[in-house]
Amino acid sequence: MTNWIDTVMVLIILSNLMLLGSSRLAACIRIVASQGIILGLLPLLAHEGGIDGHVVLLAAWSVTLKGVAFPWLLTRAMRDASVRREVEPFVGYTTSLLAGCAALAVSLWAGNRLPLPFAIQNSSLTVAVALFTIMTGLFVIVSRRKAVNQVLGYLVLENGIYMYGVAFVQKSPLLVELGVLLDVFVAVFVMGIMIFHINREFDHIDTDQLSILKE
Amino acid sequence: MNIAISIIDMLLAFLLAPLMLGIINRTKAFFAGRTGQPLFQAYFDIRRLLLKGAVYSKTTTWVMRAGPIVGLSATIMTAAIVPFGGSQALLAFPGDIFLLAYLLGLARFFTVIAALDTGSSFEGMGASREVQFSSLAEPVLFLGLAAVARQTSSLSLSGMLQAVSIETWITGGPVLFLAAAAILFIFLTENSRVPVDDPNTHLELTMIHEVMVLDHCGPDFAFIQYGAAIKLWVFGALLTGIILPLHTGNNLLDGVAAVACMSLLAVVVGIIESTMARFRLLRVPQMLVGAGALALLALLLALR
Repeated sequence: MTNWIDTVMVLIILSNLMLLGSSRLAACIRIVASQGIILGLLPLLAHEGGIDGHVVLLAAWSVTLKGVAFPWLLTRAMRDASVRREVEPFVGYTTSLLAGCAALAVSLWAGNRLPLPFAIQNSSLTVAVALFTIMTGLFVIVSRRKAVNQVLGYLVLENGIYMYGVAFVQKSPLLVELGVLLDVFVAVFVMGIMIFHINREFDHIDTDQLSILKE
Repeated sequence: MNIAISIIDMLLAFLLAPLMLGIINRTKAFFAGRTGQPLFQAYFDIRRLLLKGAVYSKTTTWVMRAGPIVGLSATIMTAAIVPFGGSQALLAFPGDIFLLAYLLGLARFFTVIAALDTGSSFEGMGASREVQFSSLAEPVLFLGLAAVARQTSSLSLSGMLQAVSIETWITGGPVLFLAAAAILFIFLTENSRVPVDDPNTHLELTMIHEVMVLDHCGPDFAFIQYGAAIKLWVFGALLTGIILPLHTGNNLLDGVAAVACMSLLAVVVGIIESTMARFRLLRVPQMLVGAGALALLALLLALR
């Protein structure tokens, strides 16, 4: 069982690295969607001692949101804004990958030094990968110009926080997890509308140009 | 007994290496809907070239003549280090991966200075690209092999590949898989196969390996082609050694399985070449850094 979770963790690390290295927005959306689906199924794997309704509901809800609803919303926003790829990010793709490697090393080091208050049955990698996912999300938010990519960065950041939640899935109440997911849903929904409006107003979704707006 | 098997493995490499090129070409022909060249075309080419005489430009020095000879001998040495089919290699000692990498480096260095010796600006361009990409590829090879070394707790290449078994794949599957994926990228880069370089083009501004050897002819070019075939075989043996977990103990059976796996690898390379376009030159370093990320991840997971 632990081996399966390890494999899932490696898949999540790989999806983060792929996100850092790819320029096509459609590909980025697909990567984040598959990361969301993998993460959504994680509670089913991590949960030992029988699968109950609580876990299944959480998994189903998060897979539907992250695997279907968000990609659909973002693909629509991307199509409306007619942008295909991030041409000139603030940090280039090769440098992003190198930064990702550094972040991975740091988070694996830190993950071993952050003991959880109780022993979790699932993989020892969980904390490290959660940290790495959060760092990746933050990095994407600060290093990309297109608003769609920044939303993706936010989603990856949230995925990282969700992974901590998975570690605690037996301890934390269902309502809190579902509430967090609902918040994320609303946030992405609002961001989708915002991208649409920014695009309609300025004919592009480059956020760096918004910072020099004058009244 | 062990030494006899190692020698047979090396002879196998010398005999079958050009066949890999034939299998790759036939796969590509199949995908393009052509009949393709004969399976043994590489042997015919080498024989034809060996029967010819060599022409040397007056501007070249002994470096140009030494290039192919040093290149081929260094590559043949690597065939003695990399084991085949789960047996012991002829040369096996702790840390032989460094000798492997630097023998390849020596062969590359002589190919490069022989290319520069001709004074052709075109060849200089290819040489510069070759050096740029291989300087990125070498650390990835080290990282990938370091991950495998750590996972199998062995410092020699023969020990590493002998320790790979079904159990190591169950306990350390992700590590071995990531390392193998990184080494596959290095395999394609080092052997100038498609996403990096196209072995079929001859007069294009984007080619790398073929451009460096444009001015070699006759036996020299035969040496270069044969060396390239052996290099392909050596990297293939390294890759199949990591992927193939089966060691029956029966040398004949292991050998047959390894040769079958090598042919499969050649088919996979043919499929990659038929289905992928070559990367833009700017994308190649990015791909190599990506491969480096895979290898680093493998190493970090193995160290954990």
